[in-house]
Amino acid sequence: MTEVFCPENILEEIKADQIPEKAMAKIAEGYRFSQACAATVDNHLELSYSFAHDETYQFYTFRILPEDGEEIPSITRICPPATFYENEMRELFGANITLIALDLQDKMYRIEEVQPFAPEKKEGE
Amino acid sequence: MAETTAKRSIVPYGPQHPVLPEPIHLDLVLEDEKIVDVLPNVGFIHRGLEKLVQKKDFNEMMYVIERVCGICSFVHGMGYCATIEKVFDVEIPDRAKFLRTMWSEMSRIHSHMLWLGLLADAFGFESLFYQVWRSREQILNMVELHTGSRLISSVNKVGGVLKDVDDDKLKILSKTIDQIEEDMLRVQKVFFEDYSVQSRLKGIGILTPEQAHALGAVGPFARASGIPLDLRMRGDNAMPYIDFEPITSNDCDCYARCYVRFMEVLQSIDIIRQCIAKMPADHTLVTPVKGNPQGEAFVRLEQPRGEVVYYAKANGTKFLDRFRVRTPTFANLIPLCETIKGENFADLGLLVLSIDPCISCTER
Repeated sequence: MTEVFCPENILEEIKADQIPEKAMAKIAEGYRFSQACAATVDNHLELSYSFAHDETYQFYTFRILPEDGEEIPSITRICPPATFYENEMRELFGANITLIALDLQDKMYRIEEVQPFAPEKKEGE
Repeated sequence: MAETTAKRSIVPYGPQHPVLPEPIHLDLVLEDEKIVDVLPNVGFIHRGLEKLVQKKDFNEMMYVIERVCGICSFVHGMGYCATIEKVFDVEIPDRAKFLRTMWSEMSRIHSHMLWLGLLADAFGFESLFYQVWRSREQILNMVELHTGSRLISSVNKVGGVLKDVDDDKLKILSKTIDQIEEDMLRVQKVFFEDYSVQSRLKGIGILTPEQAHALGAVGPFARASGIPLDLRMRGDNAMPYIDFEPITSNDCDCYARCYVRFMEVLQSIDIIRQCIAKMPADHTLVTPVKGNPQGEAFVRLEQPRGEVVYYAKANGTKFLDRFRVRTPTFANLIPLCETIKGENFADLGLLVLSIDPCISCTER
């Protein structure tokens, strides 16, 4: 029989400016950057950065709930594979991710609609 | 610092190129014939399928997610259902687990054989390409026999599977995989020992284990760099009842990627045999789910091309807030760029092909 590695996924909520140090700590623990994605929930952004441990199969996710327009520092200088994920979150969701190492200037996907997944803007914004 | 006398030029590669079945663009910085830097560019066929969760209810959405990619269609459908099942916290019946494992291994066989054929074609070995694809037809016929369709099978459902397989069909499958194994063992010698294959694949596109880990490589691409990362070890579906060890190679080059995928075809045949032998007698296929999903879940599975991450966020209505698919090619693009640097321009086609790119998956 196969020896099964099936630990529960862990989710930790953090502030936007904590993501570089948290990412660095996970990399130092032997994790690999696995994915990042955004969701619009109740007209607010939710960002998830996930790290996977390839020996224990642990999956660890940092959750960020940024304020409207809040800057989220890029982790691409710590985790180069985050490049496409961060460009995608900014282009499709309008997440204000700054200093992406390979900044595709919201032209990663060649779509006409601007930030199709972003929260709806309130009047006056 | 010694000054280089090589001539520098920037060459655009793709999005339309004879080696690329799907569009990806690379800006290559060349010094004479050597690639010194590469800038990837995707986004030519973004379809916005994930946006459709806002318009399709969570049951209908399964049919949309299957269409993310034709080759990995079954695994995408299964992954979507597994994610919603995790949100509902339901366990599917044992027979459904075995059928899902068996069909996903059939999917792996035809995906790897498609790649092996394309690889043979890319290095100019046409008869090998024909041989592999001839065998691939047999597994596609089995997928059709079991599910009614060759690629988009639509047999998954939240809570289980929609179709059962009777003993006769299992016997036909058993006979067919014996034949495929025999055919593949015949071409194995060519893939592993032929001089022309080795001369095109050995020593090119090196990705060290350290680079593979740091850059987030997944699937056969990572396993060919000696990393035993295979999500089937997590024991999804019937895997806890199956004897299985990830196949790895320490050669880290294109040849190693060919070796890993080839051996995985034989391994998948073995897993299917084990599934047939241990198939539960209880024919219950679905655990009913009631109401609408509420909550969120991440699910990771091993697709033919590597780790795929599904994320669902549900709000208690029939429409999800978000469904996200992180496909293996999305993860493998950055490490691919690393393998290209320092290589000869003439090898670029093989290098790109060596990750088994699926741009359709990547763009969703």
